[in-house]
Amino acid sequence: MCGTCGCGDRDIEAQPAPRVLALQRSLLSRNDAQAAANRAHFRAHGLLSLNVLSAPGSGKTALLEQLARRWPQQPIAVIVGDQATDNDARRLDDAGARAVQIRTGELCHLEADLVDRAFRQLELAGVNLLVIENVGNLVCPTAFDLGEELRLAVLAVGEGEDKPLKYPGLFRSADAVLLNKIDLLEATGFDRALALANLRAIAPAATVFEVSARSGAGLDALVAWLQQRCRPAGHGHQLHDHHH
Amino acid sequence: MHELALMAELQQLAEEQTRQAGARHIHRLRVRVGALAGVDADALRLAFEVLVANGSPEGPWPAATLDLEAVPARCFCSDCAQPFTPIDVIHACPRCGLLSRQVLKGRELELVSLEVS
Repeated sequence: MCGTCGCGDRDIEAQPAPRVLALQRSLLSRNDAQAAANRAHFRAHGLLSLNVLSAPGSGKTALLEQLARRWPQQPIAVIVGDQATDNDARRLDDAGARAVQIRTGELCHLEADLVDRAFRQLELAGVNLLVIENVGNLVCPTAFDLGEELRLAVLAVGEGEDKPLKYPGLFRSADAVLLNKIDLLEATGFDRALALANLRAIAPAATVFEVSARSGAGLDALVAWLQQRCRPAGHGHQLHDHHH
Repeated sequence: MHELALMAELQQLAEEQTRQAGARHIHRLRVRVGALAGVDADALRLAFEVLVANGSPEGPWPAATLDLEAVPARCFCSDCAQPFTPIDVIHACPRCGLLSRQVLKGRELELVSLEVS
């Protein structure tokens, strides 16, 4: 019988009163846990890991081709995310990188578990730099930690000097910002000083490199900066009892 | 657009917690969304409607409602040694103009509570 009015409805009687479960659980907690595992994994392999973010077409892949060609002695490893095609992985392969493509399908960003699966396909002997090239998107990838050591944002000349102000979340989260296509300053009438001031305002702590993947300008400084942040080769393997 | 992925995560988390509590129906979800979390509340609501509309009538979702609680941004100025509520995207301190590098609040994206039976 129903406890409220005595109507005898069994269904009503079977309904327990709603109760509140206090949870306080981050919606990113599963991704964050996998990202922490990735970070430990990358470190155990003695890798410096980068997450590279930008809009489509700002030259991420061209920059990584140049980085692969200029990286001293060792090949670099790249995990590259796009919604479709493995064109980028092939380009990076041709540049001497060890590349694995993630085709994200409908997903607009990379998540830590996708990176983990791709990472397991990489041949890492002699590699000390892992670059994760995110899906070209200035919004969605920002919230997802992939386990990287450093976050690099790319802004290209010709994109609009106020992009850091329009997409503050991404640029604020960057450890370094690459202002790419610097060889096109004159042709595009891009206001370099304004773009740099906007970057400074949003990301005061980020290191800024003015580079060109095409002319090679500024790339030596970038390579030197990254080299300083690398671990000694084999360092991780000696410290961790870790096998695939 | 990543609001769909976040909603899928919310769904999984809520169903897990409901099962663990021995409950079968979800009545209300309280979700906290910080102003700097990079999440659009309307997109999150739309993703929720899709989730509920596509849920089986036998499942835990048909009666569920979503309560979004907005958390404003709060920064800290290291020069003034005071917290402040940013009024612009560059997080300039309203007292001294210094650009804050420290966000105290506003990145929240969490399932606060579930009402279940």
